[in-house]
Amino acid sequence: MTELTDLTLKAAVDGLRAKAFSSTELTGAFVGAIEKARALNAYVLEAPQTALAMAAASDARIAAGEGGPLEGVPLGIKDLFCTEGVRTTAGSKILGNFKPTYESTVTANLWRDGAVMLGKLNMDEFAMGSSNESSAFGPVTNPWRSRGSNQALTPGGSSGGSAAAVAARLCLGATATDTGGSIRQPAAFTGTVGIKPTYGRCSRWGIVAFASSLDQAGPIARTVEDAALLLTSMCGHDPKDSTSLNVETPDFASFVGRSVKGLRVGVPREYRADGMPAEIDSLWEQGVAWLKDAGCEVVEVSLPHTKYALPAYYIIAPAEASSNLARYDGMRYGLRAEDARSLVDVYEQTRAEGFGAEVKRRILIGTYVLSAGYYDAYYLKAQKVRRRITDDFVQAFERVDALLTPTAPSAAFGLGENATDPVAMYLNDIFTVTVNLAGLPGLSLPAGLDAAGLPLGLQLIGRPLDEGTLFSLAGALERAAGFEARPTAWWSAEPR
Amino acid sequence: MAIDAATVKKVASLARIREPEDRLEALAAELSGILQWIEQLAEVNTDGVEPMTSVVDAKLPLREDVVTDGGDVARILANAPKSVGGFFVVPKVVE
Repeated sequence: MTELTDLTLKAAVDGLRAKAFSSTELTGAFVGAIEKARALNAYVLEAPQTALAMAAASDARIAAGEGGPLEGVPLGIKDLFCTEGVRTTAGSKILGNFKPTYESTVTANLWRDGAVMLGKLNMDEFAMGSSNESSAFGPVTNPWRSRGSNQALTPGGSSGGSAAAVAARLCLGATATDTGGSIRQPAAFTGTVGIKPTYGRCSRWGIVAFASSLDQAGPIARTVEDAALLLTSMCGHDPKDSTSLNVETPDFASFVGRSVKGLRVGVPREYRADGMPAEIDSLWEQGVAWLKDAGCEVVEVSLPHTKYALPAYYIIAPAEASSNLARYDGMRYGLRAEDARSLVDVYEQTRAEGFGAEVKRRILIGTYVLSAGYYDAYYLKAQKVRRRITDDFVQAFERVDALLTPTAPSAAFGLGENATDPVAMYLNDIFTVTVNLAGLPGLSLPAGLDAAGLPLGLQLIGRPLDEGTLFSLAGALERAAGFEARPTAWWSAEPR
Repeated sequence: MAIDAATVKKVASLARIREPEDRLEALAAELSGILQWIEQLAEVNTDGVEPMTSVVDAKLPLREDVVTDGGDVARILANAPKSVGGFFVVPKVVE
């Protein structure tokens, strides 16, 4: 029999309903796998007791013929989501031992539908990073290694713990968030599926804020269908988030497997980055061929302002972050510097001790671009450029139903390799960040391996609220790619 | 635009983050690198372009002006670094 941890989320849902195994057994298998995988540093908090109690409650509901669409399904939760009574850190020292007295809407939706929480997943501090190296808990190590090498690779970021946990079979699926690519780039680096839905689909309530006009939650899972099942539960209108969209959530899984015949897919010519590995280019070509085989019409489109997306993002996101992170003042929760005397001392000392280098860097950039005399030149300019980037997409979507691009300009790189130059690290998000600026849905799925045996991802971008088309196209690409590769469990060790 | 150590010091003080004196030069170089990279935005013609603040076009929703929560002192203080008798304890503000 297959190991329970190898099941897809869909197969687990079916098996639980058919009583082939219990949630207690399934959850227990994941608890055991997590204990053996501490070398990956994917979980910053393991919650075996909570998990087994939730599993027992699910088993009781299943026995009574009740239960939601995710009844008994064990998930990992990115540590950016507030979980009631369970430590939530956002990967930062400044939140200290913060235990929220409330539950984020997205996780509450998952528990409503029967899911089980295995624990909290590692991430870049305040979701600021592309390699997980800015976490106060140290980086996650990618379960994947280059063939014949022991070098530790990054799982990507900021949702590196989520992506690594899914790839290493330490949960059936995970929550994640994406402000500039933080779901899709880690998914690409770990051979998993991740989707950032349309801005406003998922409530931001109870998710620690980074850049509010860009932040959006979504799932990382092993298959397109699994991601669809999770997203359906996560979405929904929430009066507690004023940007939450009051729209119906479709049954996204029903789009997986639908014919994509006759759909028009655009290939943006500006997404051929300088110095991009030839393998990524040829995988992109392969993706085009797969879509044509499935009956799609593929056309070239132009998104002329693409190259300005990252610089605009690095004004807008730090500006919003500097404002959002002003709340960490050491007064009401989290860290408070001990040896400071005056009020200003406490503020300055607490924030100096509590924030890591990348977070400080972004707060300083944000404060600078918003300060008197620079606001128009930087912040207002970036907001205008954001409009032009969005207009590029509006024009493209007059001609096509979706876009196909690579997800990231490289495969997973070594931990420490991009640590010295912030701008080099920022370039990881070159293909993903446009989607956040325009508020569009974007999905990454594994499409092949590079010569070193590392996974590479393709990204699909859709019209606002048209995740359904993305799931249909992703399903077609998934079938054509037949991506079955998985990392060998080099990390597995008996718990100490 | 390159920024100098004095500007970094001023911005850090605005952001209420203490940066040690011996870090200011290095930070100025780092931030200048990022700002110079950002300045390519000047190439984009944005004449007459409306700045975009949100991707959601909808008006902010209104609700009835009624009390929806409250009486949660214990929950609000649950994570306080220091509290006494239902209040946050903070350093002296007025000398």
